[in-house]
Amino acid sequence: MSTVVPLSAQLINLFAAVILLLAFAMLAQRRVLPLINLFALQGLTLCLSTLVVAFSTGQAHLYGSAALTLVLKALLLPWILHRLVRKLQVKSDVEGLVNIPTTMLIGIVLVMVAFNVALPISQLASTISRGTLGIALASVMLAFLMMIVRTKAIPQVVGFLAMENGLFLAATSATYGMPMVVELGIALDVLVGAIILGVFFFQIREQFDSLDIRHLEKLKER
Amino acid sequence: MFALLPIDVLLIAAGTWLALGLAGLAAPRNFRYISKVLFPLGAAVAVLAGLTSLSFLGSGAETAVLAVGLPGLPFHLRLDNLAAVFVLLLGFAAAGISVFAAGYFRKGEGAAPGLLCLQYHFFLAAMLLVLLADDAYAFMVAWEGMALSSFFLVTTDHRHAEIRRAGYLYLLIAHVGAIAILLCFGLMASGSGDYTFAGMRAQSLPPFWASAAWLLALLGFGAKAGLLPVHVWLPEAHPAAPSPVSAMMSGVMLKTAIYGLLRVSFDLLGEPLWWWGVVAMAVGLATALFGVLYSTVQSDMKRLLAYSSIENIGLIAVALGLTLLFHAYRMAALAALAMTALLYHCLAHAGFKSLLFLCTGSVLHATKERSLGRLGGLIHRMPWVAWLALAGVIAGAGLPPLSGFVSEWLLLQGFLFSPGLPHPWLNMVVPVAAAVVALVAALAGFAMVKFYGIVFLGRMREEALKDAHDAGRWERAGLVWLAVLTFLLGVLPTTVIRLIDAATRQLLGAGLADKVREHGWWLLAPISPDRASYAPLVFLAVIAAAVLLGRQLVHRLYHGRLRRSPAWDCGYVFQGPRAQDTAEGFSQPIRRIFEPMFRMERHFPTVRDEQPYYSVKVEDHFWNWLYLPLARFADGISRLIIRLQGGRIAIYLLYSFLTLIVLLLVARP
Repeated sequence: MSTVVPLSAQLINLFAAVILLLAFAMLAQRRVLPLINLFALQGLTLCLSTLVVAFSTGQAHLYGSAALTLVLKALLLPWILHRLVRKLQVKSDVEGLVNIPTTMLIGIVLVMVAFNVALPISQLASTISRGTLGIALASVMLAFLMMIVRTKAIPQVVGFLAMENGLFLAATSATYGMPMVVELGIALDVLVGAIILGVFFFQIREQFDSLDIRHLEKLKER
Repeated sequence: MFALLPIDVLLIAAGTWLALGLAGLAAPRNFRYISKVLFPLGAAVAVLAGLTSLSFLGSGAETAVLAVGLPGLPFHLRLDNLAAVFVLLLGFAAAGISVFAAGYFRKGEGAAPGLLCLQYHFFLAAMLLVLLADDAYAFMVAWEGMALSSFFLVTTDHRHAEIRRAGYLYLLIAHVGAIAILLCFGLMASGSGDYTFAGMRAQSLPPFWASAAWLLALLGFGAKAGLLPVHVWLPEAHPAAPSPVSAMMSGVMLKTAIYGLLRVSFDLLGEPLWWWGVVAMAVGLATALFGVLYSTVQSDMKRLLAYSSIENIGLIAVALGLTLLFHAYRMAALAALAMTALLYHCLAHAGFKSLLFLCTGSVLHATKERSLGRLGGLIHRMPWVAWLALAGVIAGAGLPPLSGFVSEWLLLQGFLFSPGLPHPWLNMVVPVAAAVVALVAALAGFAMVKFYGIVFLGRMREEALKDAHDAGRWERAGLVWLAVLTFLLGVLPTTVIRLIDAATRQLLGAGLADKVREHGWWLLAPISPDRASYAPLVFLAVIAAAVLLGRQLVHRLYHGRLRRSPAWDCGYVFQGPRAQDTAEGFSQPIRRIFEPMFRMERHFPTVRDEQPYYSVKVEDHFWNWLYLPLARFADGISRLIIRLQGGRIAIYLLYSFLTLIVLLLVARP
């Protein structure tokens, strides 16, 4: 492996690092609105990283993916979530099942696991962005962790969407993105999922007068 | 010229049955139209199916491919002689039952008549398809269709909790059986991945896997047939179902399971191993003895008949075991003898058991009573039903000159030759099994005497029975049809054996027909007339002569001196019809002799009782020994799984998260 790393690869690694950093930031963020902003920022970074990959490899369809990411993840979904928060008048504090420092420690362990798992795969890959596979996997896991430890509905949805960000990053870094059809399909799925979840929030709110999903435990069959 | 092959006719018959069922759905509440048009039409189709297979018997196999179902997986169908024998059984038994059903279902009882019509005809079509199926896929679809439609028929009266319970039990065991059959097919197709029966025939499994497949088939088909220990649904489901449905299930559906067992044992698996025969015989003997003992102690007439069905299936399994043994040791003629006994008993049982179940239906409608303790003397009010039931009872007891005797006689003939088996202990142990078969036959006679004597003879135990009316015209026609079949099966054994010989020859490569033909149609001598022969017409003539002579003598000697007076009353002042022997009392000796076989709860009256009563409840040991532990085990497992399902989303997410991480670490390159 040559010691001189081209600029584009350095940029990609930089953006990947930013995405990982944002994933940790989201894990640590207690308040709902900043959380959504962090998610939007992650989407934007993802878009930039995809652009760099597209530019340096000349893969034309990646420009489309980048545009899709920008519109959907950096603008549309955050906007929908903002509106939801305003309509539902969510209290800003987010309670977690596990306190923040412990969550962060678990997150670090997860990152180590992710790098460990991704190392052999990224050695096989020949793409310019292969080093970021570990980061992509780590951000998927961190988003998953967020879904587990948060008890309120909106942070869970943000976790779900952030997981998709991680998947997208993995796809770009390992194989220069998925086929356009698949990407469009996933984008649509995420959008529809967010909308449906939004409807559910209203229903949960109607029923329990709160968005705490711990109320859903009552639905269990006894 | 486009010629209509028998298999096409049968497919059209199945299609017509489905269409008749749907036609019932078109006007589900129009009672006259459904009972007087659709059911008789269904019976006509059944006769057509029976006649078609009658004309087919003896010719080569025919195949057809029906492009229904999943793409790339059409239904392969095949009509061969084995299937034709069972189609014959289905058609002729179903004809009688359908005609009876035309008169049986009453307005405002149970489900809507249109729904019943759909389920009933779907049931018939599914059974026909089971017999015609030539690949595992079509077989399972038809098999499950049969199980589901019969489940709905059993739960026609679903307003009663016990009927729902019986239906649930039936469905549960039917599915356990279906899983076993599916696994059996999976094993047989494992080599080539070809699920057609032709593909399974072409390959030969190593002995271990062949045995595993055969044992699975025994479990799966045994669950449908009612072999021990998966028989428990039978005495529950048969009384719960309407009588024509019980008749159809007991007479025909149980035989489809026997068909499946024969198909797997002799056709699909290639050469059977000798110890399969021992297993089948042991299971069959246990089933037969168990069934007959329990049938003698029942006090509900339909339960009595249901246990008697278990006994008959046990005898059929014994015949299967004997056939497997003889076949494995290459004793072709004897194997053919045992196989003939098996097929004959299938036909005989389909006739007489359907007849008896239909008779209980008529009695049930006339008296609204199923308990033997409240019946009696019905021969005076229902002569048609009583005399026709007598035919069924004689056949069921295995007495000459009716059908049950022929098959049991053939089976015992087969046993008489078993000392010739080239195996040191088999040829000692197997004749002992013959003794058990004889015991079962005797006890079956006892159960039949109990059934007939308590329901039809003696004096009426209840006042209400005086209003009992005889069966209607349709019901009578159905009963007469089945009684005539039972009679023909009894007096024309050589003709029938020549018919079913085609199936024997197909499965074993040897038949009985040539031997039988040598002695003319009136004498049945399966091996040689020196050893044993049976001339049904002679028996019939002697019996008829004896009866006439006796009657004549009585008339001559006692003519004019006949007077009716109370029987000797043992010095008791009060003596009513209730003083007759009850169902419980009649079987008390059997209960006493075989006490360890039963699980009894008895209540004896004491001197101080205000209202003394005696009650006895006989239960199956299998509930306590096998089913309740199993149920507790399943319950325990489910409780553990409930603990896993805590209802918290975070926990659920954690499960998938941990699974993901573990999988990633395991699948690390």
